[in-house]
Amino acid sequence: MIQFTDVVKTYEQGNNALNGVSIQIEDGEFCFLVGPSGSGKSTIIKLITGELKPAAGAVHVNGYSLERIRKREIPYLRRTVGVVFQDFRLIDKMTVYENVAFAMRVVGASEKEIKDRVPYVLELVGLESKMSRHPNEMSGGEQQRLAIARALVNNPSTIIADEPTGNLDPERSFEIMALLQEINNLGTTVLVVTHAQNLVELFGKRVIAIDDGLVVSDGAEEVSGDEAE
Amino acid sequence: MKLNNIGYLLKEGFRGIFLHGFMSFAAVCVTVACLVIVGSFSILAYNLDVMVEELNKTSEILVYIDSELSDAEARSIGTKINLLDNVLQATFISREEALEDFIADHDGDSAFNGVQAADLRHRYVVTLEDNTRMQDTDEQLKQIPGVAKTDAAYELAEGFTTIQNVLHMVSLAIIVVLLVVSLLIISNTVKLAMYDRKDEIAIMKMVGATNGFIRLPFVVEGFTLGMLGACIAFGLEWLGYDAMVERVAQVDALQLFSFVPFQELLIPMIAVFAAAGMFVGIVGSWTSIRKFMDV
Repeated sequence: MIQFTDVVKTYEQGNNALNGVSIQIEDGEFCFLVGPSGSGKSTIIKLITGELKPAAGAVHVNGYSLERIRKREIPYLRRTVGVVFQDFRLIDKMTVYENVAFAMRVVGASEKEIKDRVPYVLELVGLESKMSRHPNEMSGGEQQRLAIARALVNNPSTIIADEPTGNLDPERSFEIMALLQEINNLGTTVLVVTHAQNLVELFGKRVIAIDDGLVVSDGAEEVSGDEAE
Repeated sequence: MKLNNIGYLLKEGFRGIFLHGFMSFAAVCVTVACLVIVGSFSILAYNLDVMVEELNKTSEILVYIDSELSDAEARSIGTKINLLDNVLQATFISREEALEDFIADHDGDSAFNGVQAADLRHRYVVTLEDNTRMQDTDEQLKQIPGVAKTDAAYELAEGFTTIQNVLHMVSLAIIVVLLVVSLLIISNTVKLAMYDRKDEIAIMKMVGATNGFIRLPFVVEGFTLGMLGACIAFGLEWLGYDAMVERVAQVDALQLFSFVPFQELLIPMIAVFAAAGMFVGIVGSWTSIRKFMDV
């Protein structure tokens, strides 16, 4: 579960990135986080992954309290959160298989675990036939699938996708979103940060809109409001 | 960190050396250059120290015995002299031997034809364990009954001691400066190698690798490169030193200089080079990676 309670984040330059954000994303939910550039979306992601600490308020992510997390606990928090970026961040000199296996190795998985898990995850994202390719030999959509496989391989309870379709054409973007939904159907919480309004509308999931460091609307609240009526 | 990862981490460390071949080559070259310079200077300083030490050993105190004493009494004073704690050796020189030396020193000059052994005193040539305490020992010698006077070259002994002290200080300062410079150069070289892999490190951090897990392969790599550099530098130092000693031995004008054989320096040199290689390799990589860990 991800829970922000009255979170304020001020950067060293003095500008407030978040001005009292409160959101709650339950386990197994699929959410979109939308908002203009500079609205505070990246700050929210950085708070979730432990790159930043809140100036005030409380952040709880998968059992960790970020406002008082110790430095040596951060790697263990990150193992519960898989992150997918717009620019993929793959290692070109490694093959598809190695890129995914690398993510398992660095958290201490044994070779047997790697051999069992990597092909399964690559099959899940549809890259089982491209295991020996290198990322630079693949299309943008395939590279993003590989990035998702890498984020998934350590079986995190949450996947955060930061503009996952920003570098893709509409067709590939839809495929990636469909893949994320499929992953969500398997029980993983998914938070997608995006500007792609068409995709947000198409998938009809909860939408948290943020502007100027404040939550301006939350689709989940609207739904419950509607239900109340 | 799990035990089954140690093998992987060590393998990664060694793999990194070949994967970033050019940077590894540069780091080894820098280590070799720095250690050869530090090593050469250290050996030179050590040899100069030994030479000064040898020259200093020639400093001695001449102890003249009261001419009233008999030969046996004069010889018995040697026991008392040898009992003093700073005395290394006291060699008795009789009047007759002193006269022979005197005549030899003056090349049979006729002006000294009338000098008799009886005109001279029995004496002891006293060498010391520690020349810095020459004055104290001289005072103690003067207190021994039967000693008429002493002749000690304090200034010469002090001069040697000063030269040795200055040499020690200058050597230490230069070695420290060279080591710091080596460390900085190696650290920067490793930093370049790290920069080459910053994306890899960022991904490792992102997926939840611990700092120890990320650091170990780089430290293994730094250690291996440092030790490799140390081994090559040691070999070059040995070859270069032997060649220099051989050349010096062939030049008559340089016979004054006597160099310690490298075999005598083998163990300390191996220890110093291994320690320096290990130190610059591990500290260089450890400090370089720190800035890439804050992701």
